[in-house]
Amino acid sequence: MSTDTKKVLFGPVVDNNPIALQVLGVCSALAVTSSLANALVMTLAVMLVTGFSNLFISLIRNQIPSSVRIIVQMVIIASLVILVDQVLKAFSYQLSKELSVFIGLIITNCIVMGRAEAFAMKEKPGVSFLDGIGNGLGYGAVLMVVAFFRELFGFGTLFGFEVFTLIQNDGWYQGNGLLVLPFSSFFIIGLIIWAIRQFKPEQVEKD
Amino acid sequence: MSDTKKKETFGGTVGFVFIICLVCAALVSISAVGLKPLQTANKLLDKQTKILEAAGLLAFAGDDVVATYNKFVDAKMISLATGKVIEGNVKTFDERADARDTTKSSKPEDDIAGINRQADNAVVYLVKDEQGEVSTIVLPIVGSGLWDLMYGFVGLESDLNTVKSVIYSDLKETPGLGAEVLNPKWKALWPGKKMFDEQGNIAIEIVKGGAKAGNVYGVDALSGATLTSNGVENTLHFWLGKEGYGPFITNYRDGGLN
Repeated sequence: MSTDTKKVLFGPVVDNNPIALQVLGVCSALAVTSSLANALVMTLAVMLVTGFSNLFISLIRNQIPSSVRIIVQMVIIASLVILVDQVLKAFSYQLSKELSVFIGLIITNCIVMGRAEAFAMKEKPGVSFLDGIGNGLGYGAVLMVVAFFRELFGFGTLFGFEVFTLIQNDGWYQGNGLLVLPFSSFFIIGLIIWAIRQFKPEQVEKD
Repeated sequence: MSDTKKKETFGGTVGFVFIICLVCAALVSISAVGLKPLQTANKLLDKQTKILEAAGLLAFAGDDVVATYNKFVDAKMISLATGKVIEGNVKTFDERADARDTTKSSKPEDDIAGINRQADNAVVYLVKDEQGEVSTIVLPIVGSGLWDLMYGFVGLESDLNTVKSVIYSDLKETPGLGAEVLNPKWKALWPGKKMFDEQGNIAIEIVKGGAKAGNVYGVDALSGATLTSNGVENTLHFWLGKEGYGPFITNYRDGGLN
């Protein structure tokens, strides 16, 4: 793999993270991170949607009339999101019961639109596809870290397996009620951004 | 960049958008229609799993939910007002759709469960044992919790009084608090409780601070989830009452379902 491809694919994980640096897609990161399983499915869904929307938009980038380009991007993204939702409903009903609302909201996830407009409209299809997958990875990395803390300290489980036995199940651990609620992700995402910027001071905005 | 780009014309733009929309619409339609059978099967399987769980047959069924369901469960349409079994297609019946349809539903007079509208008919599930005798009756219930309606099933023994289970299948309660109605430990409090006292009045209650040992009418409330606990109690009182399955229960209390 050439360094360029690597940069496009893995750059968004830490160096140019869509949530931590671009600060996009935070809303859905709050909602779906109550468990690792949900976060993982959401990650895969966003990765597929960003990847393929980037690919298709890049394929027709020279044909899209610029006056209607946002609408065209939206149509492609929305179709892909519906496709993902339908597939999930057909093959993983339990997860889709919990995630269906948020899957639908991928349409409004700024990461997808942002990458389509900023990257796919200018670059070749192959590299656009990788950029989409990479940004999905970056989004997913943050999601998984947040979900790890929320599920472990909120419910005492990881991927549904019991790690700390809760008091209501005759154990010793009192679940943290704050971490169970969506807005607690704000704190965790804030801490993640702080941690990344400790190691990468160049990400800190100038005053 | 403008060198490689065609000049924009009104017709060209409209044509382009039209083609994009056509392709996307085709893609979405094909996926929706093509995956429909799988989705319907999933939905049905989910419901059948819950009904078997309410009847206490889920462990027995193992992986073969559909076959076990078909063998032991007999769905019957009833009219809630008369409590009599009526003709009707139990396969296509959708209580939520009926409850929204003003010709097939009504406003309850005393809406303690906070459901706003209730369907006129209901489907009840008669669960037979190996000898073909009805051993459990599973009744669908719905009522307001803290955030939204909570849908579930209650399983009763054939005396239509002794509780076998209270199983929620669809709710949006707070995780860790109200959503603890799904906790197996709380569900395990229900079997053996009685819904009605000896005079036939609804006696089941959710007790804050914990029901006394030996209280067959009381179930511990969920700590930190008073409104959900109240919701469960109100839901049961509504559905066991005269606007719910009351007439059905009166008709068939002394057997008669076999």
